[in-house]
Amino acid sequence: MEISIIALPLLASIISGFFGKLIGDRNSEIVTSLLVTISAILSAFVLYEVIFNQYQNNIRIATWMNSGSLEVNWSMKIDSLSAIMLVVVTSVSSLVHIYSIGYMSHDPHKPRFMAYLSLFTFAMLMLVTADNFIQLFFGWEGVGLCSYFLIGFWFKKDTANAAAIKAFVVNRVGDFGFALGIFLIFYLFGTVNYSEVFELIPTIIDDKITFLGIKINSIDLICLLLFIGAMGKSAQILLHTWLPDAMEGPTPVSALIHAATMVTAGVFLVVRCSPIYEYSELALNIITIIGMSTAFFAATVALVQTDIKKIIAYSTCSQLGYMFFATGVGAYNVAMFHLFTHAFFKALLFLGSGSVIHAFKDEQNINNMGGVWKKLPYTYCLMIIGTLALTGFPFLSGFYSKDAIIEFAYLRGNTTGYYAAGIGILTAFITSIYSWRLMFKTFHGDYNNKKIKIEETHESPPVMLIPLVLLSVGAIFAGYTFKGLFIDVNGINNFWQEAIFFLKPLSSEHPPFWFLILTPILVILSIPIAYYLFVKNKNLPEQIANVNKPLYQFLINKWYFDELYNVLFIKSSKRVGLFLWKIFDVKIIDGFGPDGISSLIKRCSLKANKFQSGYIYQYAFIMLLGFSALLTFLIVK
Amino acid sequence: MIDIGLGHYLTLGAVIFTIGVIGIFLNRKNIIVILMSIELILLAVNINLVSFSIYLDDITGQVFTLFILTVAAAEAAIGLAIIVVYYRNSGTIRVEEIDKLKG
Repeated sequence: MEISIIALPLLASIISGFFGKLIGDRNSEIVTSLLVTISAILSAFVLYEVIFNQYQNNIRIATWMNSGSLEVNWSMKIDSLSAIMLVVVTSVSSLVHIYSIGYMSHDPHKPRFMAYLSLFTFAMLMLVTADNFIQLFFGWEGVGLCSYFLIGFWFKKDTANAAAIKAFVVNRVGDFGFALGIFLIFYLFGTVNYSEVFELIPTIIDDKITFLGIKINSIDLICLLLFIGAMGKSAQILLHTWLPDAMEGPTPVSALIHAATMVTAGVFLVVRCSPIYEYSELALNIITIIGMSTAFFAATVALVQTDIKKIIAYSTCSQLGYMFFATGVGAYNVAMFHLFTHAFFKALLFLGSGSVIHAFKDEQNINNMGGVWKKLPYTYCLMIIGTLALTGFPFLSGFYSKDAIIEFAYLRGNTTGYYAAGIGILTAFITSIYSWRLMFKTFHGDYNNKKIKIEETHESPPVMLIPLVLLSVGAIFAGYTFKGLFIDVNGINNFWQEAIFFLKPLSSEHPPFWFLILTPILVILSIPIAYYLFVKNKNLPEQIANVNKPLYQFLINKWYFDELYNVLFIKSSKRVGLFLWKIFDVKIIDGFGPDGISSLIKRCSLKANKFQSGYIYQYAFIMLLGFSALLTFLIVK
Repeated sequence: MIDIGLGHYLTLGAVIFTIGVIGIFLNRKNIIVILMSIELILLAVNINLVSFSIYLDDITGQVFTLFILTVAAAEAAIGLAIIVVYYRNSGTIRVEEIDKLKG
């Protein structure tokens, strides 16, 4: 049964990918959605078993590689961590499959799209159920590949192709670090299986290794290299540039891959490797710093963006930052909790924005929307739920997980912890402002679209709304229902068991009361503030922008990261590439290699064919000369 | 009176052979002349064979000569036939214009 959770999406992808033409659009949509939904139901059942019967298993499906001491299996590790991920991935994926039936109804390549979605689900499941680093890497690259396919799905759009390549290349940078990390693990331990590696970690606490001329603690180095991989996949600051561009893909893809599942793979990796990270204070501090910088940076950029999907993309980036600094302060379970709740409300927001885009016939600029909340009542309500959950409005799911992160950061008790908590609160406030800005600009105020009339905007079909409703149920109740399971102190002992390792138990104290209510108060206050800024007094934001022109420019250009990378890396590597192409390849390699030899032969044969005069008497003469020479030689000898 | 010996015959053969060879590549005009030169070369060989046959007192050389004469006749016939066909196809048998083998 467990294996079929993984096998069904693969089967769906094969059927739809190879036989899509044969069975038709409608059938491939039905087959893929059905198989992935079955897989989702099975994973819910597995999670049930894990919660109530402490079910754990490590199923070996087949041997993959067996060479010397390297032994890698295709396997399926089921514990509380992978069970949670199974449920998140398959449930969001099945809802996105169903939603896509409606959203992609005008697209000519439906079977291909569905096949990619299912293939992605398969790769993601391989990633989360791996019991060794190599299978993890397989899934890791698999999801990266599917992400590339799906970002560039509308291959006739140049921007989509460029975004796909950007995502792929930026992820390669992270994957390089990740691969080095795996090599180092194999070098130190001679194995890549989690259980063996985690057992051996305490034996190398004082081990040092020289890397790039720096002597560094081996565990620190492993953690940092793995974290570079996680940064790439989870779009953390410095390697985040691909995520906003990835919004060129269809909206269901953004919901599934670039919000709910794939981008959380980095967080999953760090949590999965908690037995390693717990021994590296340095790596944890760096993760905290990177995480809180990302959370803050992305939130500030989201404040001024005008593309509805890019705002949500930066919001994703920011929430991933929260998850990372939760792991950085050692609260792995809280990070998983936020991952879990975030999957629901962020998928909801993305699918909701897809519904809005659909209603406006592919308009994405929020300045060209507004005033349609009566025309799109269901989408409006569902988006409100998503926004409330995201901002951490009391008693919705984001409230429990995000506040828990801030609390645990505070309880960590060291400087980075306090900083992280402060930044966390500030970011929560900014998050709330930009989320409501999006809502008000999209649904309230005056109708601003010149291309289509307000009467022409229409509510989405039920096939798109039903997944939204299901996700909104998750966005409302996931936090309250699973709070005890994920973050209660008893919960740690019962539910997580061996899946997450704590070197020293998490603090069970509570922060002061004023600290607990600070975030919710700010979040609630932000609603009237945003309403005043973006509906009542629309000139004020413009005035603020005009007064703080440099700051505004700084934000709207996304802190100039793209420009900086353009100058630092892209231009120079383009120049190197151009040199290698024009000079090294064309002139040296080709000049002395294939082209040189062929032109030499051509010149020689031009000389040689002078002999071929075609006159018999010349041939006879040469024959005679040769014959005489031979004879002379024989006689003299 | 000079005593005509083997040396003279061989010299005669060599002279005729040389005339034949030179005839092949000095001639630029007519392909029939080339054919005739080849005949000359063959005759030079025959003279050599006959003279050695007598010198060594062995009949084999003369038998061989008869065979060569037969082959030469056949060769001449075939050669002439080829030339006729060639003339029909290309309208010329001038040596300078026969350069289809030119690369």
